[in-house]
Amino acid sequence: MSPLAEASPTLRKTALNPVHRQMGAKMVDFGGWDMPVEYPATGGVLAEHMAVRTGVGIFDVSHMGDIRFTGPQALDAVQHISMNDASRLAPGQAHYSAMLYPEGTFVDDIIVHKIGDQDYLFVINAGTREKDVGWVKQHAGGFRCKAENVSDDFTQIAIQGPKAQESLQKLTDADLSKIKNYWFTFGTVCGLPNTMIARTGYTGEDGFEIYVPADPEISARVWREVLDAGKEFGAIPCGLGARNTLRLEAKMALYGHEISESVNVFEAGLERWCKLEKPEFVGRAALEKIKERGVERTLVGLEMIERGIARDGYPIVEEDGAAIGCVTSGSLAPFLKKNIALAYVPPAKAEIGTVLNVEIRAQKVKAKVVPTPFYKRPKK
Amino acid sequence: MNYPSELKYTKDDEWLKTDGDTGVIGITDYAQNALGDIVFVELPKVGAEVTAGKPFGTVESVKAVSELFAPVSGTVTAVNDQLATAPEKVNQDPYGAWMVKVKFKDQSEAGKLMSSADYEKYASERG
Repeated sequence: MSPLAEASPTLRKTALNPVHRQMGAKMVDFGGWDMPVEYPATGGVLAEHMAVRTGVGIFDVSHMGDIRFTGPQALDAVQHISMNDASRLAPGQAHYSAMLYPEGTFVDDIIVHKIGDQDYLFVINAGTREKDVGWVKQHAGGFRCKAENVSDDFTQIAIQGPKAQESLQKLTDADLSKIKNYWFTFGTVCGLPNTMIARTGYTGEDGFEIYVPADPEISARVWREVLDAGKEFGAIPCGLGARNTLRLEAKMALYGHEISESVNVFEAGLERWCKLEKPEFVGRAALEKIKERGVERTLVGLEMIERGIARDGYPIVEEDGAAIGCVTSGSLAPFLKKNIALAYVPPAKAEIGTVLNVEIRAQKVKAKVVPTPFYKRPKK
Repeated sequence: MNYPSELKYTKDDEWLKTDGDTGVIGITDYAQNALGDIVFVELPKVGAEVTAGKPFGTVESVKAVSELFAPVSGTVTAVNDQLATAPEKVNQDPYGAWMVKVKFKDQSEAGKLMSSADYEKYASERG
């Protein structure tokens, strides 16, 4: 038994921190943030995971950062520092993308929202906030555009699950049925005009993310109203524990695990969101070469055949014990009821059905390569 | 939290019930609560030797892997196989969901463990 992390005064807190504590959440240090990992009183990780897959769950994701680009060359700046092609976005549309180092590896993965022709919003990871802001300043500085760190302006609440739309619709005048996946709009939510409502998330489920003012009282009121609106569908607050198992089932990358400054776009299998045909962006030249010569490792999905849970950092080994790869994330998949993992292995070992050994506490435990995502939500 | 008075406790959050020359071992209410949803339990085989204070198995929650430490030394005489397929029993009934039974090597070791009152104080101090 290891003692749980205690809140230290240096940890950053979201506006909803007192609400989480009041609800009896178990809090952890997540990238310097004091965040709820689960709410034992209302369910715990497994129940929270299932609520999102079958009904609706509510997450405080205010630790995520936001950078807004405005000005005549906002698009040029965005195109220069991100790998997807933002020129294809319409106002009100968003896409998955990443900021890359010149080596083609990851500064961070992001969601780019086009608010208007000269107005873009990046939603970035919590643990990389300062690095990302510095990177943007350094690389977007030459463009006629203002890049502002607006991270602390918003409380970001994710409403996720097949009943997310029905729940949130009670609280807004915006017609949510008109918002397509990865699109967003502005509407009145809980009486707050001009609130950004995006059909995005990190759970592999349908859902929305709303951006309300980071005022503690407003944030607490919205949080409670959202929970109340979802009550009839079994809505419960969800912590980072469920967020992680949900994203893992859906094979969504987590910075510091599947992607990092030492992993490139092709290794991570994220080339679908990387537009090499775009004239120029940081990382492109290196990626052209990598595309040419191929990769030495690739990300695969594993399902354990024998008993055991493959965890982050566990080696993938040959019969003689030689390491050939490494697990980046692994867990029981609560909805699928299987032990699953993501791992980097040589391309020759990446074929579906290949049996591999995961080294767990000095024992070789068998797993097989399976198609990903592990979980795909049913089409409506 | 519940700490039955007939049991003895370790600082690593295991409990021990003495039954003649055999000790029954599990983890405490505090432990299961701190771990959260338990999804995997790995235990030694019957006949294995365990040593007081040394790891004898593993319990995993969704987020964390924790070692189990033997309260006493001895030989494993029985393993609760039910936990392989139903690890959630440890959350539901931590004192019913025993893990292993051990034939004491030196029964006096049990006397060195904490009483329920001492353990309760120890657990509450950690919050």
